Amino acid sequence: MAVTSPVATELSDDSTPGGGSGGLGRFIGLRLLSGLGTLLFVLLFNFFLFRLLPGDPAARYRAVKNISAQDLARIRDELNAPVMEQFWAYLRDPLALQGISAWKGQPVWDLVGGRAWPTLVLLGTSTLLATLIGIRVGIRAGWRRGGSFDKVSTGVTLLFYATPEFWLGLLLILTFSSGIGPFPSLFPSGGVIDSGIEPLSMAGVVSVAEHTVLPAVALAAVYLAEYSLIMRASIVDELSQEYLTTARAKGLMDHVVRRRHAVPNASLPTITLIFLNIGFIIGGAITVETVFSYPGLGLLTFEAITEQDFVLMQALFLVFTVSVIVCNILADVAVAVLDPRIRT
Amino acid sequence: MSTLATAATAAEERSGQPLVEVSDLRVRFRGYAGREARALDGVSMSVGSGEIVAVVGESGCGKTTLARSILGLVRPSSGVVRFRGEELSYGARALRRYRREVQLVLQDPTGSLNPRHSVYEAVAEGPRVHRLKDESGRVARALSQAGLRPPERFALRYPHELSGGQRQRVVIAGALALDPRLIIADEPVSSLDASVRGEILSLLLQLRDELGVSLLVVTHDLGLAWNIADRIVVMYLGRVVEQGTTEEVLHRPKHPYTRALLSVVPEIDQREPVVLAGETPDPCRVPAGCRFHPRCPALASGAAAAAGVADDCVGTPLAVLPAAGGHSAACHLHP
Ligand SMILES: Nc1ncnc2c1ncn2[C@@H]1O[C@H](COP(=O)(O)OP(=O)(O)O)[C@@H](O)[C@H]1O
Ligand code: SF4
Ligand SMILES: [Mg+2]
Repeated sequence: MAVTSPVATELSDDSTPGGGSGGLGRFIGLRLLSGLGTLLFVLLFNFFLFRLLPGDPAARYRAVKNISAQDLARIRDELNAPVMEQFWAYLRDPLALQGISAWKGQPVWDLVGGRAWPTLVLLGTSTLLATLIGIRVGIRAGWRRGGSFDKVSTGVTLLFYATPEFWLGLLLILTFSSGIGPFPSLFPSGGVIDSGIEPLSMAGVVSVAEHTVLPAVALAAVYLAEYSLIMRASIVDELSQEYLTTARAKGLMDHVVRRRHAVPNASLPTITLIFLNIGFIIGGAITVETVFSYPGLGLLTFEAITEQDFVLMQALFLVFTVSVIVCNILADVAVAVLDPRIRT
Repeated sequence: MSTLATAATAAEERSGQPLVEVSDLRVRFRGYAGREARALDGVSMSVGSGEIVAVVGESGCGKTTLARSILGLVRPSSGVVRFRGEELSYGARALRRYRREVQLVLQDPTGSLNPRHSVYEAVAEGPRVHRLKDESGRVARALSQAGLRPPERFALRYPHELSGGQRQRVVIAGALALDPRLIIADEPVSSLDASVRGEILSLLLQLRDELGVSLLVVTHDLGLAWNIADRIVVMYLGRVVEQGTTEEVLHRPKHPYTRALLSVVPEIDQREPVVLAGETPDPCRVPAGCRFHPRCPALASGAAAAAGVADDCVGTPLAVLPAAGGHSAACHLHP
């Protein structure tokens, strides 16, 4: 053979897309910077929004019984200070200022902290459920578009997609919790753990799981449907890609073409959506948590609004916006890691 | 490896057996309104070892379907594909083995490369699937054979960082990495800038000359066929209407369709351009008699009537042209 390799150099066998890692670092840096900008804006907004609300905030504290006279005096001083002074104090330490809930008389961050873990458990379970099932269903339906699996799964996911969370939640409670007809009362409703049990013990984990199953299913249904529909659409888009033909012509089996080419390329929109949804679910599980009396941040928000506890609302608002910002950054970074075209 | 391949080629040349041969291939698709589209409606043709064959014809005449059927990507409703005399079998293992020997280069290199795979991954994919030894050596060799030198300058880049011509070279390298005996190139340059078309064509010629690879080039451009092909197969509406050596087909065309195609290629033919009348052909409604008759200038001008074949043109179907047998045309004027 006449054409021989003029180069005997070992080629780097770098099969991970690491070619543009410098670009990736810069991309992440820029994205963090713009995230910080947004955060700053949110902090300002958060400060002024709650000072523009009508009513006398100090008045609400007088009704709180278990607040110490010391705390009450400090709060009054702080609220009577000139706005600019309050603002500087807020900027120096946005998390500490006026940290007492007018509703409970406790530091707000203790309240928020105590309610964060149930929400994280709920969020984690439902996201895992929705992602694992939704993506698989979407891939299978899209790859054999128009097949029987596709017809059934698209029907079911559209139904899930259209079902309001609270209604599904009520149905689940009726069927599996209060127990009607042939169904025994399978799962407890209300709370996240039976009282008197240590959450980190074996019994605690079981109790938390029992309390979380139904709300997690109610929350996961709509997201599962969304991920499955988006994944299906992305896979269908992939079907016409010529690189699938190239891969088949090289001898790759159908399932390898799907795994190596179609699925990774079709995943980007769904991955972005998953991250964005995580950001929203942290604050957006309000309906499900309320229906199930699940003591997470969503229920706390509902209570803060009912009790007109502005300080608590302000803290929750901050948590929710920060989680949305962080998840946005994570979504962008994930896509950049997966897609070399975005890095360079 | 290379000596084996050359030995095989020499053996084939002695035996006179074509490398790949299709006989009476028919492929149907579900068309509009429940009709059947006869994308291939009886095609016989062959490619010899080390030969470059061009398949030409208007868009929609079935060239891509022919290319995909030869690769086993489309399963014909009847007819057979033979490779080295052996009938193609569609089992997963047999197809995988076959696809080491027959490779595909598509029209649009941007679409035929996975945007998230580096050049190295794209070229290494074939050797990996077939578990060939010395993957990186193969990739380096294929890249430099395809004119991407030095290979390590390209290996870690991504398709979006390359020019159109370079991308097509990556696709070609991906095919070469498997040491194929036949490369099927479907419109390999029609999506490229005019300036790089010549480079890619001369690369293809060079691969044939230096590696002895056979080429089946699908094109709607007779000028391109003229430049690189040893033999030309002219297709019309799912059939081969004329075939022969490039000399024969382009200098002594028999079929009125070939003549009409040629008349608009100034560098080959100085005749008056013939504009084909009538509606564009539709594989869901293949005309009776000669399938070209509604548009045939020879029938319209009365030449067919003068030869006494006008009735046959409209009513008597033509046989499928055999793959072997020199210069031939499916036309009642040239029995
Ligand atoms: N997958 C398919 N489904 C239905 N019809 C098809 C399909 N592929 C090709 N066809 C039809 O078959 C005919 C031949 O197409 P093709 O082989 O792509 O022609 P060419 O490559 O010569 O332009 C066209 O009429 C086209 O519409
Ligand atoms: S058979 Fe008749 S109609 Fe067909 S190409 Fe020949 S002359 Fe024209
Ligand atoms: Mg085509």
